[in-house]
Amino acid sequence: MTLAPGQRVRVLEGASVGHVRTPTYVKGKHGTVAGSRGSFRNPETLAFGGDGQPARPLYYVGFRQADLWPDYAGPATDTLYLDLYEHWLEEA
Amino acid sequence: MSDGHDHDDHGHGDHDHDHDEPGEGAVPAAALRARAIESLLVEKGVVTAEAIARGVDWLVSRTPTNGARIVARAWVDPAYKQRLLADAKAAAGELGVDAALSPIVVALENTAAVHHLVVCTLCSCYPRALLGPPPAWYKSSAYRSRAVVEPRAVMAEFGTELPAEVEVRVVDSTADIRYIVVPRRPDGTDGWSEEQLAAIVTRDSLVGVVQPVAGEPVAV
Repeated sequence: MTLAPGQRVRVLEGASVGHVRTPTYVKGKHGTVAGSRGSFRNPETLAFGGDGQPARPLYYVGFRQADLWPDYAGPATDTLYLDLYEHWLEEA
Repeated sequence: MSDGHDHDDHGHGDHDHDHDEPGEGAVPAAALRARAIESLLVEKGVVTAEAIARGVDWLVSRTPTNGARIVARAWVDPAYKQRLLADAKAAAGELGVDAALSPIVVALENTAAVHHLVVCTLCSCYPRALLGPPPAWYKSSAYRSRAVVEPRAVMAEFGTELPAEVEVRVVDSTADIRYIVVPRRPDGTDGWSEEQLAAIVTRDSLVGVVQPVAGEPVAV
């Protein structure tokens, strides 16, 4: 799976066991891929003595704040971006 | 610090430590754990106490001044700014700032349309190899939780109020990338030297909670 900029994605909702770098507040939320960061060793195994292989593609993903927080007080155009590993994303 | 609590009998020797942890006056559990791990690593010969001391010295030798110099150069040199936005570590190196030990650093340019605010909700990721240790508030659970939910309210507490037309873009530093904000050059700084510009680029403006203010140019 290669995600191109502009691709709509949904963050998966798995449990955060171990050194997971996907914050709970984006799980299940829809966002848009803004770019690729390259591939990095998987922190979920790397942090526990593993080799982090295979490396995982990392994407810069943007969300509308209003999609993350139902009571968001700011303008509808405010956004939040973060880097998410591919195995936490599905095309939407 | 309040006057109603006497710390003089705690035997710290000085009072420059943080007091925002639970159990004020006690050594936080995380610090105790770090000390225990450190002494075990030294005892088992994995690292030496000297190597740890050198590492700490190196880290605190990194300062926000590095970031200020980078931003000031970007303000006066558009070609440098483009190289900074493309590869911040390489651009730092051009100014003699050694960022070799740093993870990838991405520079986020604030414009009239977009204002970036950096946070690390999961821990306290920060471009330490460029800027040194993060401010204490950056590591606080209050900042880490509130910056994503109510960034405008958090910035207002730092004195920063942005019009609704400006997109506030929170960047949560979750993984292998570290972020540095390139703030907007304030009005009233025409003709300033690079050194004068660098003097108004504060540590907090490199995180995005404040914007540099012109004021009077300082003598440098």
